[in-house]
Amino acid sequence: MKLLTHNMLTSTVKGVVNGFPLRIEVEKTLEKQVDFSADFLRNLFYKVDWKALVEAAQTMGYAELPEEAPDSTVLESEDFLKKFHYALLELHLEEGNLVCPETGRKFPVTKGIPNMLLHEDEV
Amino acid sequence: MSSRPELQAPPEIFYDDTEARKYTSSSRIIEIQAKLSERALELLALPDDGVPRLLLDIGCGSGLSGETLSENGHQWIGLDISQSMLDVALEREVEGDLLLSDMGQGLPLRTGVIDGAISISAIQWLCNADKSSHEPRLRLKAFFGSLYRCLARGAKAAFQVYPENVAQRELILSSAMRAGFAGGVVIDYPHSSKMRKEFVVLTCGPPSISSSVPQGKGQDGESCSDDESSGDEEDQTVCISDRHRPRKKQKVTKKGRTRQWILKRKEKGRRKGNVVPRDTKYTGRKRKARF
Ligand SMILES: C[S@@+](CC[C@H](N)C(=O)[O-])C[C@H]1O[C@@H](n2cnc3c(N)ncnc32)[C@H](O)[C@@H]1O
Repeated sequence: MKLLTHNMLTSTVKGVVNGFPLRIEVEKTLEKQVDFSADFLRNLFYKVDWKALVEAAQTMGYAELPEEAPDSTVLESEDFLKKFHYALLELHLEEGNLVCPETGRKFPVTKGIPNMLLHEDEV
Repeated sequence: MSSRPELQAPPEIFYDDTEARKYTSSSRIIEIQAKLSERALELLALPDDGVPRLLLDIGCGSGLSGETLSENGHQWIGLDISQSMLDVALEREVEGDLLLSDMGQGLPLRTGVIDGAISISAIQWLCNADKSSHEPRLRLKAFFGSLYRCLARGAKAAFQVYPENVAQRELILSSAMRAGFAGGVVIDYPHSSKMRKEFVVLTCGPPSISSSVPQGKGQDGESCSDDESSGDEEDQTVCISDRHRPRKKQKVTKKGRTRQWILKRKEKGRRKGNVVPRDTKYTGRKRKARF
């Protein structure tokens, strides 16, 4: 699972008001090379929840992103885009859990795939 | 297969390891799914600026449909209820991210973040009640409601579907409309029983002039299936576009296939050991109209 996906995922367990962001429990991470596209990153920048991305990256052992949400001028910086690209697309959670911030319900991640299936009483 | 897979077993049971492998090793299926996905991507009508988007592939299975999205340079998140299908997708090293998820429980995604959604040969599964707790209407409602929320305003969804009958098509469409979508059904090759394909095309956003005054519905109320309507992009009504001409001839632009993209793709091919034509100044150039 890319942190891009993590940044979009939310817990939809019945009764949960704010299921975002899911807390990450890391068992294993991977790096995968992904084609770089500055255009994609510039477009996506406005949709990313910065705080969630920074925290997720830190949990995964990557602390190169600025803590404060940068303004859009950083999108001209090659150096920034490279880090953003790496954190968003190349750093993968292979094994671990995603934890609902309200209920503590764990969604296991196996072979890089989060299991988001809800039990019947959670729908 | 003699009868519809939807009638044989729930999807997560029907698509077991054996079926998932069989499905993904049929060159006929691979080709059909790729064509359907190309068409769905075309129906998303993304801005023609070559910018890769973040897309969803709902019921992504083993990744046959998602691969088309990757080939066009996009990032995608695929979700499916069958672990076996997703396992095959992993084996095939698809570039999209995968989720094990039941669309009928609603999509677990944030508001307004997705640029477009495709679904190929999957949505009709929602019309079945596979468990005693399943109520198709409620599952469709949960699905379309969550889809509407996670799409960016103005974003589209294009779903190729195999409804079992008219009632199923109506059920799918009315659930989508109730969730706030504008849109309708596009039918390719309506006069060919073999090539006929059906797409539900939806737009997410506040009602606009084009979506609030549906065209073609007229006095007879129901969908204008007799109307040889144009399938115009602005036309958000329930309508049928008649596509007599072969698809290839209609296709003018290949979105996202910039020179840079092609060079990367070729480089990738070389790394895999494929025979790839060398890069020249002609690579990725626009062809003159006479071609
Ligand atoms: C015919 S396959 C198509 C797979 C892929 N889109 C393709 O074009 O090759 C239909 C897929 O829909 C999935 N599916 C059916 N019901 C589903 C549900 N409720 N949630 C998620 N996926 C579902 C099945 O598991 C199966 O992988």
